[in-house]
Amino acid sequence: MTATLSRIELMRGLVGMLRDEAVVAGIGNTNFDLYAAGHRSQNFYMLGSMGLAFPIALGVALAQPRRRVIGIEGDGSLLMNLGCLATIAMVAPANLTLVVMDNGVYEITGGQPTASAQRCDFVEVARATGIAHSAWAQDTSDFVRLVQAALERTGPSLIGARIERGPAIAQPPRDPAQIRDRFMQAMGSRKGFGA
Amino acid sequence: MPSDSAWAGVVLAALRKHDVRLAVYVPDKVLIPLIDGVHADPFFTAFTATREEEGVGICAGAWMGGLRSILMMQTSGFGNVPNALASLAVAYQIPVVMLVSERGSLGEVNVGQVWSSRVVAPVCDALGIPHQTIERLEDLAFVVDRSIVQAHATQTPVVLVLSPLLTGGKVFAA
Ligand SMILES: Cc1ncc(C[n+]2csc(CCOP(=O)(O)OP(=O)(O)O)c2C)c(N)n1
Repeated sequence: MTATLSRIELMRGLVGMLRDEAVVAGIGNTNFDLYAAGHRSQNFYMLGSMGLAFPIALGVALAQPRRRVIGIEGDGSLLMNLGCLATIAMVAPANLTLVVMDNGVYEITGGQPTASAQRCDFVEVARATGIAHSAWAQDTSDFVRLVQAALERTGPSLIGARIERGPAIAQPPRDPAQIRDRFMQAMGSRKGFGA
Repeated sequence: MPSDSAWAGVVLAALRKHDVRLAVYVPDKVLIPLIDGVHADPFFTAFTATREEEGVGICAGAWMGGLRSILMMQTSGFGNVPNALASLAVAYQIPVVMLVSERGSLGEVNVGQVWSSRVVAPVCDALGIPHQTIERLEDLAFVVDRSIVQAHATQTPVVLVLSPLLTGGKVFAA
């Protein structure tokens, strides 16, 4: 068991090392924390579609092979769609990094324990599907180091962080069209109206 | 490709014409000529998703990154996608183009397939997603071509159901 880490510290550490990477964050606290750590237009915030942060990130990674893409998913969300790890291992995108924020509960819905609070170990699961570069972060600086190594590596990586429970400190505006349009402009796949 | 799968050639031509380079699918027997077709042509990146809703996520992300895609499944698989369509594709105005092979009709022997195929039209209607069932080879090129155009221009998902009248459907041993 690794230590329980501060969610917002981890997210600030991650955001602090980014340049033009795309980041897709899932339903629950992952997208709240990503926003709270400092909005960037390369961020995509999910409002639903529980369990699809990694598949969406895979799609972006395939579309933009020269850009690094990071998917961030909660434990409850990943459990809904564990199969996506096998797909990602099979497709083996060079530019995709997966981050699992594991608080052992479905926090948003009242803190019911997830299966990962008992037995399920996401790093072992990811390795077994074929994502060889999978590791638990021991502390915040280890997390930053693992993310940095993943961003420099060719091939998919997964980083797990066992995080504290607690409410988010900020939430992005719930305007899906705007979230999507800003993200696409940042990806260069969409022109805006101009200034 | 055998001559009775001319329909698959028509679909492949439409995909190439519209620069649809990513093909994601959950397998279906009737779709074999199309699945084989996307794997045989290096124009396409083709692979399976473990679930159809995972495919919705992959295709949505790809389009936001500038890559067009097609998501293929059978009608039972469409039953896995309503939440992903509602809360991702529809809510965020993302064109996900779905080709759905129709099971459950015209000689189906599996009653489970019969019931699951019946959810397709009501789900599409509830979500305001345009859907067409294609029965005739003469209509296929036009419907696929125009549907891909409209989906991308209006940023709306679209569902194209391939009837056994078009594909021959799944043939069961007597
Ligand atoms: C398909 C679906 N099922 C259930 C829900 C309700 N729901 C919303 S958030 C959530 C918990 C997410 O858990 P996790 O990914 O671990 O994130 P956390 O809440 O712990 O930050 C649940 C069950 C939902 N939105 N969609």
